[in-house]
Amino acid sequence: MSAVADTHAHHDDHGHHPTGIMRWITTTNHKDIGTMYLWFSFSMFMVGGVMALVIRTELFQPGLQIVNPDFFNQMTTLHGLIMVFGAIMPAFVGFANWQIPMMIGAPDMAFPRLNNWSFWLLPPAASLLVISLFVPGGAAGAGWTLYAPLTVQMGPGMDLTIFAVHILGMSSILGSINIITTLLNMRAPGMTMMKMPMFCWTWLITAYLLVAVMPVFAGAVTMTLTDRHFGTTFFNAAGGGDPVLYQHIFWFFGHPEVYIIAIPAFGVVSQVIPAFSRKPLFGYASMVYATASIAILSFIVWAHHMYTVGMPLVAQLYFMYATMLIAVPTGVKVFNWLATMWKGSLTFETPMLFAIGFLFLFTMGGFSGLVLALTAVDVQMHDTYYVVAHFHYVMVAGALFSAFAGVYFWLPKWTGRMYDEKLGKLHFWLSMIFFNVTFFVQHFLGIAGMPRRIPDYSPVFTEFNMISSIGAFGFGLSQLLLLYNVIKTIRSGEKAPARPWEGADTLEWTHLPSPPPYHSFETPPTVR
Amino acid sequence: MKRTSRALSCAGLIGALYAGAAAAEFRWNFQTPGTKVAQDVSDLHLLMMAIILVIFVAVFGVMFYSIYAHRKSVGHKAAQFHENTTVEVLWTVIPTLILIVMAWPATTHLLAVRDTSQPDITIKATGIQWKWGYDYIKGEGEGINFVANLTTPQDQIYGKAPRGEHYLLETDNHVVVPVGKKIRVLVTAADVIHAWYVPALAVKQDAIPGFIRDTAFRANKEGIFRGQCAELCGKDHGFMPVVVEVVSQEKYTAWVGEQKKKLAAAAEDPNKKWELAELRARGEKVYAANCVACHQANGKGVQPAFPALDGSKIANGPLADKLAIIVNGKAGTAMQAFGKQLSPTDIAAVVTYISNAWSNKATANIAQPADVLAVRK
Repeated sequence: MSAVADTHAHHDDHGHHPTGIMRWITTTNHKDIGTMYLWFSFSMFMVGGVMALVIRTELFQPGLQIVNPDFFNQMTTLHGLIMVFGAIMPAFVGFANWQIPMMIGAPDMAFPRLNNWSFWLLPPAASLLVISLFVPGGAAGAGWTLYAPLTVQMGPGMDLTIFAVHILGMSSILGSINIITTLLNMRAPGMTMMKMPMFCWTWLITAYLLVAVMPVFAGAVTMTLTDRHFGTTFFNAAGGGDPVLYQHIFWFFGHPEVYIIAIPAFGVVSQVIPAFSRKPLFGYASMVYATASIAILSFIVWAHHMYTVGMPLVAQLYFMYATMLIAVPTGVKVFNWLATMWKGSLTFETPMLFAIGFLFLFTMGGFSGLVLALTAVDVQMHDTYYVVAHFHYVMVAGALFSAFAGVYFWLPKWTGRMYDEKLGKLHFWLSMIFFNVTFFVQHFLGIAGMPRRIPDYSPVFTEFNMISSIGAFGFGLSQLLLLYNVIKTIRSGEKAPARPWEGADTLEWTHLPSPPPYHSFETPPTVR
Repeated sequence: MKRTSRALSCAGLIGALYAGAAAAEFRWNFQTPGTKVAQDVSDLHLLMMAIILVIFVAVFGVMFYSIYAHRKSVGHKAAQFHENTTVEVLWTVIPTLILIVMAWPATTHLLAVRDTSQPDITIKATGIQWKWGYDYIKGEGEGINFVANLTTPQDQIYGKAPRGEHYLLETDNHVVVPVGKKIRVLVTAADVIHAWYVPALAVKQDAIPGFIRDTAFRANKEGIFRGQCAELCGKDHGFMPVVVEVVSQEKYTAWVGEQKKKLAAAAEDPNKKWELAELRARGEKVYAANCVACHQANGKGVQPAFPALDGSKIANGPLADKLAIIVNGKAGTAMQAFGKQLSPTDIAAVVTYISNAWSNKATANIAQPADVLAVRK
């Protein structure tokens, strides 16, 4: 026993890691890697955000003012790809890296070097996407869904995009394998699967989804690549292929992808709401089952993104029923969160505000999803601004608000300092208001028949587009508050106690100081 | 949900809005339906909104009550319950029942939308980057065919001229159909995927190159219905509108007669020898309708996707090469095969125009329709 203690002391006093830039390049520490994921995600959020503002500026009024249609298409495409693969997914992997080992009482991730590699694949992939803007012909302008055969017409920017997607996919798969292995093998003694914090459960399920579908997407873009350069005709009817085949493959990836983004967001909210309600999560077991059901259902509803491609009627009916069914487990989750708040002792610090904002707006996104599920109505709404509004309610107000909740929730733990509560609340209210100004009106545009992905529009749509553009600038600028608040916290925030939130009861709050030591839980805690 | 929010958004935004936009009408619901199916879809949407409104009030009523009553600041002590099987079963079963009830109208409406049987007239719509081609293939008007191009001038798009009433939603040729007759539209594409979309008629069908899909509508009133391409199809995706003109049966018959006459007149003798000046004048018009979007009025193109014609080697080179590229298109680029879209005379005219326009002084400076036919075989 004393020998163990000796080694321990020896180990600590070294703190043996390189300093400066090499610390970050060579690090295998889950906390460092988590930090890098989060900063990477934030910078991509800024890049993708600027692209969104280019789009909204062009759409402020009818006519072509600042960009040409080609560049407009490149902006919509890159905005989508960068936000999905560069901003939102890495943000939640960042949370996973920081939180999973601390929440299950593990010293680090199962494969620390693999972890380093899965992060460092991201910057080259993101650079490829950004560089593609500067090659002849510019970036891919086929929409983030990269539908064939339009992709076959694109210039070399398309090839860079395909390569970027391959690398991003690799990064996700490696990260997922790491998360699955960590969660299954490295839990502290006494922590059974059904005692894992909800956040860990949601990531376990998400990681399985990622491993299952990222190769499918890689396959789809590889087929595009060979169609472009090697004379294959997977998506060309003239050679016996079918353009719609691409869409089936893409959405077989694409629909689970929606839940890859949403499910970890559910996990964060499932930690935040109980903490600020001072009450345990209601229906833990049913939450686990509902999350798993959503994940499984997500594999069998893909063609609801394709109601207008001309499927057989029976296929449309099947996909409609299956899609409507998803409302049930999603509803269960919302009800569980409400029941957690019910008769709690609620306080409304910034993380809780963002969690409630998530709950409210994600449910709104669910409502518009229900409308879109009905094929007859969707035929009217498909590829209009209604769809744009719908998925921004679930992606931005859903996933992004949940990520904000997570950042404010765990920032005191990560940095050992409290953030500025006033600024945090201001960030929430500005985001909440401007988000709705931007996206609520887009429902009306879509119902009235404005197609998405057009750089110019009929003047009857002017007013709502103006409102939306004003909202977009407000929303974009409000995000600088988050950056300022985080930097201020790191530099000069007040010291945070080990457990600043009264209701927080997972291991990182109860067993570790704020900030936690560089290597935590070298001897696992025992969970009752 | 929508109604309350509408009221809210109205109240909040009226001030900001009316400053900028006094004139234009506000649209926030479906366009006035022009078919029974469109009316039914609009009603189904309204029913959904009613159901959603009820759920909205129930769910968020609970949430906001809890936020109001169970605050720590008013001294509420947290209960510690964390499960209740009865409640959990109820909130699984009740939504399932609501969904089953909703599935019924959803199914019947879908059946109506998808019913393309027993059409009176069948029209083929072909999406081409960036316009629509139409062929009347069965029923009254059989044999009529034309291409519908956007007529909004570039000056309006770039804000150099005031915008017209139907900005971006106007074409040179309308798809004319009789009121009350069932029109089946076979939708396909020549290059990439497009979508044929007319909101007020409740039709949207993707146009898949190499495949034919169908949709149908029966307009219940006369009028002009405007829509646009709804699937991203490249640079000018936003500039290929669909305009359907529903007219009375008598007017339709008259229109068919007129079109037939025009077709006969347009069937020019391909062996006619044209003068250079005639062809140049005609070619300039053909160029303005078909080529300017990419190659631009000054012939400079948009680098690097759309090459310049002014000073180009091909434009100043041998006739056969020029004709081949226009007739057959260029694979892997947006340059489409115009061989079937334009008449031999039009192709000859545009080649002649390009060979002599701007700084071009091609040796082979004139093409005759017969030359085009030789290449088109």
